[in-house]
Amino acid sequence: MRPSSHDYHYSKGGDVTAQATETRTHTLPDLIEPVRRRRRRLTPYYLLIPSAVILVIAMGYPLVWQLVTSMQQFGLSQQFGQPAPFVWFANYVKLAADPYMWTVIGRSILFCFVTAAATMVVGILVALLMNAVNRSVKIVIQIAMMLAWAMPVVAAMTVWNWLFDWRRGVVNWVLTTLGLPFQDHNWLANPLSFYFVAMIIVVWMSVPFVAFSVFAGLTQVSDEVLEAAQMDGASPRQRFWNIIVPIIRPVLAIVLLLQVIWDLRVFTQIKLLQDAGSIASQTNLLGTYIYQLGTGSSDFGTASAVSIFVLVLTVAISAFYVRSMLKEDA
Amino acid sequence: MTTNRVAEETTTAQYRPRGRANRVLLSAVGILLAVVWIFPVYWMINSAMLPNVVLQSRTPTFAPFGGSFDNFASVIQGGTFLPALGMSVVIAIIVVGCCLLFAFLAALAISRFRFRGRKAFVLAILFIQMLPAEGLFIAQYKLMSSVHLLNTVLGVSIIYIAAVVPFTIWMLRGFVAGIPADLEEAAMVDGLSRTQAFMRITFPLLAPGLVASGVYAFLQAWNEFTVALVVLQDNADQTLPLWLRGFIQASASRAIDWGQVMAASTLVAVPVIIFFLFVQGRMTSGLVSGAVKG
Repeated sequence: MRPSSHDYHYSKGGDVTAQATETRTHTLPDLIEPVRRRRRRLTPYYLLIPSAVILVIAMGYPLVWQLVTSMQQFGLSQQFGQPAPFVWFANYVKLAADPYMWTVIGRSILFCFVTAAATMVVGILVALLMNAVNRSVKIVIQIAMMLAWAMPVVAAMTVWNWLFDWRRGVVNWVLTTLGLPFQDHNWLANPLSFYFVAMIIVVWMSVPFVAFSVFAGLTQVSDEVLEAAQMDGASPRQRFWNIIVPIIRPVLAIVLLLQVIWDLRVFTQIKLLQDAGSIASQTNLLGTYIYQLGTGSSDFGTASAVSIFVLVLTVAISAFYVRSMLKEDA
Repeated sequence: MTTNRVAEETTTAQYRPRGRANRVLLSAVGILLAVVWIFPVYWMINSAMLPNVVLQSRTPTFAPFGGSFDNFASVIQGGTFLPALGMSVVIAIIVVGCCLLFAFLAALAISRFRFRGRKAFVLAILFIQMLPAEGLFIAQYKLMSSVHLLNTVLGVSIIYIAAVVPFTIWMLRGFVAGIPADLEEAAMVDGLSRTQAFMRITFPLLAPGLVASGVYAFLQAWNEFTVALVVLQDNADQTLPLWLRGFIQASASRAIDWGQVMAASTLVAVPVIIFFLFVQGRMTSGLVSGAVKG
C-alpha cells in the first residue's frame, strides 16, 4: 500500500483546513500559524515549571547534596564550623567494614520480607473471605478494614503502645486470662519480641490495602470459568493455584512490590516503639539508624552514605513498579 | 429440561462453600476478623471516654458506660493542642492548594501534549514518588537549616509539596486523559472562548479528580511524621503527629494518663478517618491501576 500523494500531504503535518487553504493565496491566519505553533510547542514546558521547580528544590538539591556529603568526613571539628574534608568513598568503605551496619541491613531485610510475606498471606486470605461470605458480612469486614487503614500512623502507634502496655495493656490481660504467663510481660525489652510487635502493627495497617486490591482483582475472575473447571474435576486447591492466581498475578506482583518497598523503609513505627521504651541500638533498622547518625551524632557523611544506600536499593526495587505503571501511560 | 436445571443448581451450590454449616462458619470467621481489626480503633475511643482511675485497674473495662468527654476537654484546655491543630491546618491548606495547582498544570502537559522530554518527566515523577523520606530527610534538614526555614510552616510545606506532587500528577493525569480534548474544541466551535470552554466544560468534568487528589494530599500532609520530626524541632511549632508524640512523652514523666493520650489520639484521627472514606476507592485504583481494570 503506497501512500497516495493525497495522504502524503496529511502526514506532512497540515490538518485538513491547512490543506484546503493551501490552494488559496496566503491569508492572515496562515501567517500567524507558525507563531502560534511555536507557542503551542512551548506550552507543555511552561505547564511543567511549577512542579519541576519545587521538585528540583526539595528533592533534586538534597539528593545532590547528599551524594556530595556522603564523600565528606564529619567529626568534632565540623561541629565548630570547620569545612568537612572530601574523602571520596571512605565513608562507604568504613560502612562496608562495620559489622553493625551489616547487622542493621540484615535486620531490615529480614523484617521487610517477613512482614511483607505475612501481610500478603493475611491480605489474600481476607480478600478470599470477602469474596466467599454474603453481602452483609462482607460490608462489616470492609468497614473494619477501612477504619484500620484510615488511622493516622502516629495515632495508631499510640493505641498499640497502650494495647501492649506491660502493666495495664489488654494484650497481656487477655493472655493472662487464657492462663499464659504474661502478667507484667514487657514486650519491648527483648529485640525479638520488639520486632514481633512492630510486625503485628505494620501488618494490621497494611492488610487493608492488600485485601482491597486483591479483592478488586478477584472480581475479574469469572464464575463461569471456575464452574467449568469444577465440572472438569478441579479441586478447590487446583482452582486457586491454576485459575485464580494466574488471573490476579499482576495485582499480586504490584501489591507485593509496594509492600516490600514500604516495609524496607519503615521508620515511624520503629521510632515510636523505641520511644516507648527499648534500647535503640538493639532495635535499629535502616531508617532509625540514619536518623540516629544524622541528628544524634551529627555524622552527616556516614548518614548520607547510608541514605544513598537506601535510595539505590529502593530505586532498584521500584524499577519493576515504574515499568508496570509506564505501560498504562500510553 | 428439568434434569438440566437440577444439574445446574448442584454445580452452583457446590461452587459456593459447601453446605450451610460451612457458610455459617465462614461468616463467623469474617465477623471475628472484623472485630479483631476494628478493636484498636474501638479501644482508642473507649479508653478516651474513661477516667484514668478506671484505666489504672488491673481488669480492663470494655465499654465506656458512665464515661465522659472530660479527657477531651482537658486535652484541649491543656493549651498545646490548638496551636498544633492550627499549624497542621495551615500546612495542609498550603500543601493541598499548591499540589492541586502544580499537579493540574503538569497533568495537562503530559496528557494533552507530546513533547521532547515528556517520557523522562513521567519516569522522574514515578521514581521520585517511590523515594523514601528516610533516604532524604537528613539532606532536607540541612537544606532548610541553610536557608533558615527550620521550624517554619513554609519549610515543611515545601518538602511536603515536593513529596506529594508526583503522585498527584499521576492521579490527575488519568482524569485529564479521560476527558476528550474534542469536547473543549467543540464548545469553542460553538462560540465559547478557550477560557470559557475550559471553565464550563473541562473543569466540571475534572472536579471529582481534583477532590480525590486534594484529599490524598491532605492525608499525606496531615499524617506525615518523619520529615516533621527532623525539620520541626522547636516545641512551639509542631504539627499534630509531633504534638501527639510529645504529649505522650510529657505524660510519661508522670505515669502515663492513657485516657488523655487516647483522647488526644482520637482528636488527631477523626478528621482523617472522615476524609479517608471519601478517597479510599480512588487511592486503591490509583496505586494498582496498571493491574486492575476499573
